[in-house]
Amino acid sequence: MRQMNIKALNKTTKSNIVTYGIVILAYLIMEILMRAGVVSSLLQGLLVPLCTYVILAVSLNLTVGISGELSLGHAGFMCVGAFSSAFFSKCMQEVIPVSGIRFFLAILIGAAFAALFGVVVGIPVLRLRGDYLAIVTLAFGEIIKNVVNVIFLGKDSRGFHISMKDAFSMGLEPEGEVIINGPQGITGTPNDSNFLVGIILILITLFIVINLVNSRTGRAIMAIRDNRIAAESVGIHITKYKLLAFTISASLAGVAGVLYAHNLSTLAAQSKNFGYNMSIMILVFVVLGGIGNIRGSIIAAVVLTLLPELLRSLNDYRMLMYAIVLIATMIFTSSPGGQAFRERYSLKRLIGQRKETKEAE
Amino acid sequence: MMGFISYLVNGISLGSVYAIIALGYTMVYGIAKMLNFAHGDVIMIGGFVVFTTVSGMGLPPVIGILISVVVCTVLGMLIERIAYKPLRKASKLAVLITAIGVSYFLQNVALLIYGSNTKSFTSVVSITPISLADGAIIISGETIVTIVACIIIMIALTAFIKYSKSGRAMLAVSEDSGAAQLMGVNVNATIALTFAIGSALAAIAGVLLCSSYPALTPYTGAMPGIKAFVAAVFGGIGSIPGAFIGGILLGVIEILGKAYISSQLADAIVFAVLIVVLLVKPTGLLGKQIQEKV
Repeated sequence: MRQMNIKALNKTTKSNIVTYGIVILAYLIMEILMRAGVVSSLLQGLLVPLCTYVILAVSLNLTVGISGELSLGHAGFMCVGAFSSAFFSKCMQEVIPVSGIRFFLAILIGAAFAALFGVVVGIPVLRLRGDYLAIVTLAFGEIIKNVVNVIFLGKDSRGFHISMKDAFSMGLEPEGEVIINGPQGITGTPNDSNFLVGIILILITLFIVINLVNSRTGRAIMAIRDNRIAAESVGIHITKYKLLAFTISASLAGVAGVLYAHNLSTLAAQSKNFGYNMSIMILVFVVLGGIGNIRGSIIAAVVLTLLPELLRSLNDYRMLMYAIVLIATMIFTSSPGGQAFRERYSLKRLIGQRKETKEAE
Repeated sequence: MMGFISYLVNGISLGSVYAIIALGYTMVYGIAKMLNFAHGDVIMIGGFVVFTTVSGMGLPPVIGILISVVVCTVLGMLIERIAYKPLRKASKLAVLITAIGVSYFLQNVALLIYGSNTKSFTSVVSITPISLADGAIIISGETIVTIVACIIIMIALTAFIKYSKSGRAMLAVSEDSGAAQLMGVNVNATIALTFAIGSALAAIAGVLLCSSYPALTPYTGAMPGIKAFVAAVFGGIGSIPGAFIGGILLGVIEILGKAYISSQLADAIVFAVLIVVLLVKPTGLLGKQIQEKV
């Protein structure tokens, strides 16, 4: 008989509960600290972006860690989610005055559009392997960013007008309104995001990813990652499962984009928020957190976002420190010398609980 | 028609710079099987060294370029020794992240030394422009020098790899590093040499790039670096003639796209062409087909 006490739960379930617990605990602590008024306004402003990064890192971990495909275009899907949802919210601001319902629909729309792009990009891209896949996803991300920068979209009594040249060539009526203004992007998106919504979205993301990983589908995806040919020979449909993982990952990145867009008054596609630099930054979270380790992604995203802020007193040297931390961590965790050092001085060994050394990856 | 020819010449010139950078990318990839994301930033360092020595200290351009080549060569070897060598057996992603770390490091060192203001680079080329067809087409000195330099480098590099002992050692290591080691090839020294050559090429590319497009910032190298990487993949990464062809094609597509379609969409067009090529030929134009084994 199954017993629902802690001891009867298996190891995975326990570990997952810890992951959810960490997020909820982090929320409660922040909330208490904010009530107490000890949180600087700088840090308060960082809370929603922090949630965005956590969702992005967890969703990219699905592609890179679970599915084993190196994607450098994650920011592109975030861009799709951000712009589609911001466009929706802007249009529906008068039609749906209740911000809760409007934002809920915006999230669905952002996720749906990003998923659509995930399928469209995924079908051709997933035929490629390794470094080729990396460069093509990077290319797609850059294309999305560049195309968004030349879209002009306006609305008047006759309906929507679109142009790829400039705001005048749309031929709007005088009372018409420009919604997407090319490089200037979308201004005046309702400010619907907040920390609580961010945390809820993180929990939903975690729920989706963790349940996927521990399901039959997830095991099929990981089987493909570990040995494609063996997986194919036992009847796993390679393209279907790879595409599924890629699309879910893209869709969750879209949700992060929605959160991001509704936190800003002006949304513009620049290289620093939707370019390959952003994709690389998310990849850094995933790799430093541990590839395939969901909890690690969350922690790495939080620590690496806060680290440059905590180092603010070092002024110009902070990004330099960040770079050095990055290189040092990789050498420490992945080089033979670093691994030997860790084995020699690991806590477990010092305490005396000798465990079998894991096979080096 | 005249307009088209002059765009084409500009495209080949820009493509030559991409080709020189892509050669460095492709050699390093061929031998170490890693994407050296920091390569673009070595270009920027090369540009800054020439800026300091020529514009700042008033040395003659030739000396400045020589110093720049030496600095970048040493820098490339140092990066390899400190950051990449310990990770030779690590996962690809770990090496990629380290390369990104090195890239951030170089950008921020340049930022600390030179600040974020755009420096205007004085061209090191003093050849008078050639005008053809009664002045309808004017080819600048920079363009000529860039194209000539690219051709010389291409020929010299091919000859080096084909006929010299260390060049053939490089080929052997890229083919099978384990077997090469058993045959008495010093793999570590060969990899270091590859990084040295790649970085020296990056220095030259930096000078040529900054002479044609004279704005120099700590982030100057990032985008050309990515484009050259695209060029290397386009031609088939690991292949030297591939990098050359890929670079030239990419430059021509970019300039023609800018001129005839849309200047904002030029990058998108370049990337779209890359995607189409890879979908038709998944290993690039001249890439080797790798047989998959169970």
